[in-house]
Order: sequence, then structure tokens, then C-alpha cells
Amino acid sequence: MGLTNQSTGSNAIDKKLNLNYTYTDNKIIALAGNPNVGKSTVFNNLTGLNQHTGNWPGKTVTNATGKCIHKNKEFILVDIPGTYSLMANSVEEEVARDFICFGNPDATIVIVDATCLERNLNLVLQTLEITNNVVVCVNLMDEAKRKGIIIDTKKLSSILGIPVIGTSATKGKGLEELMDSVYNLTFTKIVQTPLNIQYNYILEKAITLIQNILIPTLPQTINTRWVSLKLLENEKTLLNSIYKYIGFNINEKPEISQIITDAREILISNNIDDKLLRDEIVSTLVTKAENISKNVVSFSIEKYNSTDRKIDSILTSKKFGIPLMILLLGIIFWITLTGANIPSEFLSKVLFWVQAKLTDFFLWLGTPIWVEGILVQGMYRTLAWVISVMLPPMAIFFPLFTLLEDLGYLPRVAFNLDNFFKKSSACGKQALTMCMGFGCNAAGIIGCRIIDSPRERLIAIITNNFVPCNGRFPTLIAIITMFFAGMFAGPFQSVISTIILTSVILLGIFMTLIISRILSMTILKGVPSSFTLELPPYRKPQIGKIIIRSILDRTLFVLGRAVIVAAPAGIIIWFMANINIEGISLLTHCATFLNPFAHLIGLDGYILMAFILGFPANEIVIPIIIMSYTATGSILNLDSLAELHNLLITNGWTWCTAVCVMLFSLMHWPCSTTCLTINKETQSLKWTFISFLVPTITGITICFLFTTTVRLLGLA
Amino acid sequence: MNTNVTNNIIPLNTIKLGSSCKVNLLTAEGIIRRRFLDLGLINGTEVTALAKSPSGDPIAYLIRGAVIALRSEDASKILVEKI
Repeated sequence: MGLTNQSTGSNAIDKKLNLNYTYTDNKIIALAGNPNVGKSTVFNNLTGLNQHTGNWPGKTVTNATGKCIHKNKEFILVDIPGTYSLMANSVEEEVARDFICFGNPDATIVIVDATCLERNLNLVLQTLEITNNVVVCVNLMDEAKRKGIIIDTKKLSSILGIPVIGTSATKGKGLEELMDSVYNLTFTKIVQTPLNIQYNYILEKAITLIQNILIPTLPQTINTRWVSLKLLENEKTLLNSIYKYIGFNINEKPEISQIITDAREILISNNIDDKLLRDEIVSTLVTKAENISKNVVSFSIEKYNSTDRKIDSILTSKKFGIPLMILLLGIIFWITLTGANIPSEFLSKVLFWVQAKLTDFFLWLGTPIWVEGILVQGMYRTLAWVISVMLPPMAIFFPLFTLLEDLGYLPRVAFNLDNFFKKSSACGKQALTMCMGFGCNAAGIIGCRIIDSPRERLIAIITNNFVPCNGRFPTLIAIITMFFAGMFAGPFQSVISTIILTSVILLGIFMTLIISRILSMTILKGVPSSFTLELPPYRKPQIGKIIIRSILDRTLFVLGRAVIVAAPAGIIIWFMANINIEGISLLTHCATFLNPFAHLIGLDGYILMAFILGFPANEIVIPIIIMSYTATGSILNLDSLAELHNLLITNGWTWCTAVCVMLFSLMHWPCSTTCLTINKETQSLKWTFISFLVPTITGITICFLFTTTVRLLGLA
Repeated sequence: MNTNVTNNIIPLNTIKLGSSCKVNLLTAEGIIRRRFLDLGLINGTEVTALAKSPSGDPIAYLIRGAVIALRSEDASKILVEKI
């Protein structure tokens, strides 16, 4: 789901706006644009960095940076969040605005959608108010051509007074020219005099009044006209940003405050209040964009979007909208389940064959037994498990999911489900953040920035964990394959597994809605706030690229996690399993302590212990369980799921245990990275703690109810 | 504005699917007003109702070439006149 090593896991946190590059010859280029205009495609093509694009609004949740060499010069490209405006209506808009204004980029490329130029021009005009060093990149020219939309980029360039380059980034067309004009702008010291947006006479008078006092006080890099306009609008976030980036507190300068008050007086005496002022500003920009668009855009086909409307009339229809959605999810799961078996088995055969050889090698070396224990039984085996079980399903699931995403289907999911979220007093965009959660809950939580209302954003953050991430999804698949698929023979086996997996995911979605609702009625009281959701045009995905990119990406991600987390965890667990106190291992001591409680919720002490030790990463939960069981002296050669199944059965697992492990895996505390991310995003220990507790309590309650019912009915 | 026109002014969420109208007045306040303005919803902007979601709400509208879904509560804060 568009998650990369840059945007997930521990990399998801700690992205700062400021760039500290030591080379002075580097040019910093900001990449701005509306959501969903192919901004990340341009970025990827220019930098070669593996950052993924999404066909839904608000993809870039952190500032990604990459290097691009053009004409032997180095350009640092900064992919800022996709926004419709720079008016700081949301966190993302504030980040985008602050980077353009205070990040001191040498140039800003505004990427616009050729198929929807008019709306996109709004952002261009707003950017031009902040900086003169702008290059416009009219992307998706090929798509516009297909739809019969013709854009006169030369004319647009002469109207705007800045370079305008037409591109088709997916094909790499026009990007050379784009970088040529960026090069010219940044290295040849051209002074651009772009179009100046004129407001009405009264506004201009007020702006000039403030601007005159700001010119001697603010650094030259800051556009004083624009700051004046914002001060007139009483834009508080800008005051904070000015203080944050330039260390200049306007509130402490009585002479400036006085002038601002005077200027606002001019407006008030002309009956222009805050609301009217903003309407006036936006209307001026929108009208300007409309006029420019009329001048440069022509259509050769009348109904250029009719295919999209036809697809929508099926995918979002009353009858088929939701069933089709579940069916699509089911198909993806089915392909994942059936497809993952073969590589999974192959990988585990190979990796466990290597393990046997490694053991032989250590025996041959004559090292003490504990050396082999730590390195092979502990570290290597955990690694091998994580790789063989986690990698194949993820390498299949992600390209498929990315395909849906690139097609533009995910916003339709949000559209279909919005009413359910509304009933839970939550935001429809929560569905999009849940989709991101499939890849990594930490990324999902950062993705919650696309939700404007702080209350609804908190709800989305707290409930994000009900979507099983990368680390938990394969755990579910493994358990389903071991315990439930085997109950049915023949071709239906995979269908049954798919139905079970789909049900688990639907349960997660159901719990998200219920808990959102409960939160809305209790600690996060409130009514659903307003939001707008864009349904972008359907796009032809680049299938080959998606497959290669996401498989590589997933492989790197899983391998990275395996090395960073699973390997050290394997060593720790080996120690816990092998350090004996009074003849019983440390692990068993802990497990015995946890056992009574774990029993109540259908687990055992070892399983609960595994979940606790799995706090750094959910991937290692099952390896810990296996190691706990094998350390207590049973079979050792676990090169297939069937043998693993036997191991679990001998350790007292029943189908009820399996269900409870799945339920608990779906609903328990978020992993450590996710917790850190929540803390960073909410800036509050309280909400982090609540985000930890809510899924945990839910999971415990549900497992308890399930186990008790099963036991009372005598089913297991 | 004369009374004759006023009679034709209705909230956006009540217009028929497939029909078009022009924005007459935004009654929304605060953040949603800003959002509407960002979408280019100023007086005179043409809006077409395209499709309903499975549960009938939200509804997707064509606004300045972009397809935007709005919940009925929000769309009701956009007063439009039929064209």
C-alpha cells in the first residue's frame, strides 16, 4: 500500500522540515502540487528513489527527499505534502506552506494535473504569492490528450510569467526539459517577474500599510506582501511559523501590531470582516484561475469523463458497491494465500536445510553448545521463520493492493464506507488511513494527518491498530492454513481459508466502527465534522513497475525488519529459554506466572509472553511461541507448517486457541514503533496510553467472551 | 436579488442526480467554508450531481473538473440555483 522503507517502521518517525545540507552548491527544490497529480511519480523519476505514488489524495505524509543530478549539478528534491491550497487549513497544508516559505528552496516546482488544470491553478497562484522562483510542471499530458483536453503551455507560461513544462511523468516525457528550466532558474540568476495578483482597492491599501513596516524587519527571502496579506487575515499559524523559523515574534513588536490593527480598521470601516476578507481573497484567486484556464485549455471531446462515470456507477452502486468491495478483498486474499504456499515452503526448506548445515558446522568447529544455541537456534531460526513465513504473502499481497490503489479504487472504498463512519461520528477518510495500516500501523497513523478534525483524527489513530499490519497479517495466514484449511480437503481448502481471512479483516473493520462510535460517545464526544473527498480519475496502472517495485520494496522491508528486530529478539529469547533458575527456564517462570490470566482469554502463558515480547515487532510473535515450545524439549525440525501444526497441538492448542491467537493478534497493543509514532503525532502521553489500552482491552474482552462461550458450550 | 430568483434557490444536496446548478450562497462557516472555497466553490460556480454512494450519502459532485464527494449535511450548506 504504497509503503516504503522510507515511510514505514521506525523511518516513519522523525522527519523534520529543515534540511541541513553542507554543500553550498546543492540546490534545494520543493515539489508542490495538489494530491493525486503524479507528484511522487515525478519525484521518483527524477531521483530514482523508491518512493511510492498513490492514486488517492494525501499520499505524501512526510517530507521525502531525494537527489537528482542534472548537467553535473546536484539538486535536492523535497516532496512536500500534496495540498489543494496553502491556506494552512490542515497540518499538511501548513507543512507545505512552511517549506515553500521558510525552507528556503532555491526553486519550487508546482506540479499540476493537465486533466484538471483550472482547480490546480489555484495552488500555482497561491505559490506565486509566496515566491517568484516557481516552475510549473503540467503533468499527465498523455492522459489529457486521451481525454481530448488540449493545453497551451506556451500561453500559460506567458500569462504566469514563469516557465511551464508539459510532462508525462510515467513515461518520463518532458522531465529533462523540466530540469533544464529548474537549472536555468537556479544557476543563471534569472529574476522572474511572475503574474501579480491584485486584490480590490481597499485590500491593497491595507496590504501596503503592513508591507511598508515589514520590509525593513523581515529577511529578504520572505515575501512581505504575502505575509502582510496573511497578517491581515489574522493567520495565527503563520505567526507561529515566523517565530519558529526566523525567531521573530510579531506579538512582541507593538509598532507592528499597531499597524496591523490600523490596517484591519481600514477593512472594518469598509464592512469587510474576516469572513468576507477570506471570501474576497479566495474568489480573486479562483476567478483568476478560471480566466487563465479559459485562455489556455480547449476540449476536443465533449464528455471526456464518461468512462469513469460508467465504472463508478458499478463500483459505487447501491446494489454492487459493497459486495464488490468485499469480493475484491477476497480475491486478493485468495491469490495471496494460494500463491504464498509454494514460495513459503521452498524458502523454509532451504533456510532450515541451511540451519542443519550451520549446526553441523558449529559442531565441527567444536564451539561450546551455547554458541550454536545463540547463533543458530536463537538468531538464525527466528530470522529464517520471519523470512519464510512473512515474506511470500507480503510480496504477493502488496503488488495486488498497490494495483487497486493505483487504479484509483481506494477513494471509492472511502466513498462507499463513509456512511458507516458518519454513523460512528468519524471521518470517511479514516478508511484510507486503515488501508495504509495494512502495510504498517505507524504509517497509517501518520496518514491520519489527512483528517482535519482533531477529534476524528484521534479516533482514527486509536483504532488504526484494528487493521492487521505487515507483521500480523502473515501470522493470521499461517494460523488459518495450519488449523482451518486442513479441515477441508480438495479445491475448497483455499476458498475456506480466504473466507476465514476475509472475515477476520471484516471483523477488524467492524471493531474499528464500533470502537470509533464508543469513543465518540465517551472520551471523544462530538458530532461528525465536515470533509470533502476527491474521487480521482481512474488511471491505467503501470503493472510491471508496480510488481517489481513493490516486491523489491516488501522484500527489503521484511528483510530489514528481520535483521533489525527478529535477530536480536531471537538471541534474547534463546537466553530466556535457556537460563535456568531453580531448574526451570526464565521463560517458563514468566509463562507460569502469566498462565492463569492467559488461560481465561483462551491463550496460554507462552503465547501471552510471546505477544509481550513481540512488542518491538509483531513478526516475532510466532517464532517466540515456537521457540518456547521447542525449548521445553519436543521436536526440533520444523521445516513445514504441518510439523508446526503438530508442535502446537502437542502443546495443547485447540481450534479455540487458534481463534483466540488470531483475535488477540488482531486486537492488542500497537507495536513499539507505532506507539512512538502515536506519541509524536498526538504530542500527548495520555492519548498514546489510550491508544495502547483501547485495542488491548477490546482484545482481552473479546477473547474472554469467546473462550467462555466455547467452554460453556463444551465445544473445545 | 429579486424574489423570483430566491424561489429557485435550494440546498445542493437536494438537486437531482445528473442535473447541474450554480452556486448562489455558501452558508457554511469556519473550516468547511474554507474547504469549499479551496474547491473553487464561489458564487456562480457550476456544480453537477454525479452519483450517490451505496447508502445514498455522500453524493459525488463534479466541481470545476474534479469529482468531489460531500456529505448531505455539508452539501446543504451550499445554496444553489437551478440552470
